[in-house]
Amino acid sequence: MKNMSIRTLRRDWFKQARNLGLLALGICFNPISAFAKKEDALAAIQKISGGAPIRTGKVTLTIPPLVENGNLVVLKVSVDSPMTANNYVKAIHVIAEANPLPNIFTVYLTPRSGKALVTTRVRLADSQIVWAIAQMNDGSFWQGSAETLVTLSACTEMI
Amino acid sequence: MSKTSRTSITMPATAKKDSIIEIRAIAQHDMESGFRYTEDGKRIPRDIIRTFTCTYNNVEVFKADFYPGIGANPLIIFTTIAVESGSLEFKWAGDGGYEAVNQARITVS
Repeated sequence: MKNMSIRTLRRDWFKQARNLGLLALGICFNPISAFAKKEDALAAIQKISGGAPIRTGKVTLTIPPLVENGNLVVLKVSVDSPMTANNYVKAIHVIAEANPLPNIFTVYLTPRSGKALVTTRVRLADSQIVWAIAQMNDGSFWQGSAETLVTLSACTEMI
Repeated sequence: MSKTSRTSITMPATAKKDSIIEIRAIAQHDMESGFRYTEDGKRIPRDIIRTFTCTYNNVEVFKADFYPGIGANPLIIFTTIAVESGSLEFKWAGDGGYEAVNQARITVS
């Protein structure tokens, strides 16, 4: 009986030690400096719009609210537009504020696209807000965003 | 040095005139982000696909710029209007002289 309790104690101790170890590992391997700050994302957005005002609306960005693995996240972006010759979406830019490089991708559409709808798979470095900015043919900008929680981040693992 | 890899296109072979068709384009590529390090602390150089273009009977209908934030084996799903029968050409270009081309035919009725 006494033997049993010692064994359980030891097991508990091992569990605690392991948890502590994981925590320490997490601290060591978290290269905070590698992550872009929000300013970088703002600068990237500024570069896209060239200082023009960006209104919120029209753009719908769909990403899973909880992501287990940041290496491959399905991202869908659609813009509410008739896509006719004189009213269409010229370009869609996707920006992730916590990625080392905030730009993820840019697509260029034409009236021949029929729909402003694009799906791809992206990497997310951390839990963050992802922005999509649509540039219309009349020069106006519209934005939409989505927030996500990433459990295992991309970009930072060693090989 | 020129590199290429396997690519795949999924789209309908026939379509009604002026209907919107969905095209799925995927290329086999690691998309090495340039933000990863080896065990001995060396940075792995960036090696990604930079651009993807789709031309429909030699008219450009879709273009995309990729950055390291795009996952490995980039998949892109987009739409276009089936205006006439003919061929669609898909082209990927990237670092280290990477280039891949794929074609698909469509019959529009």
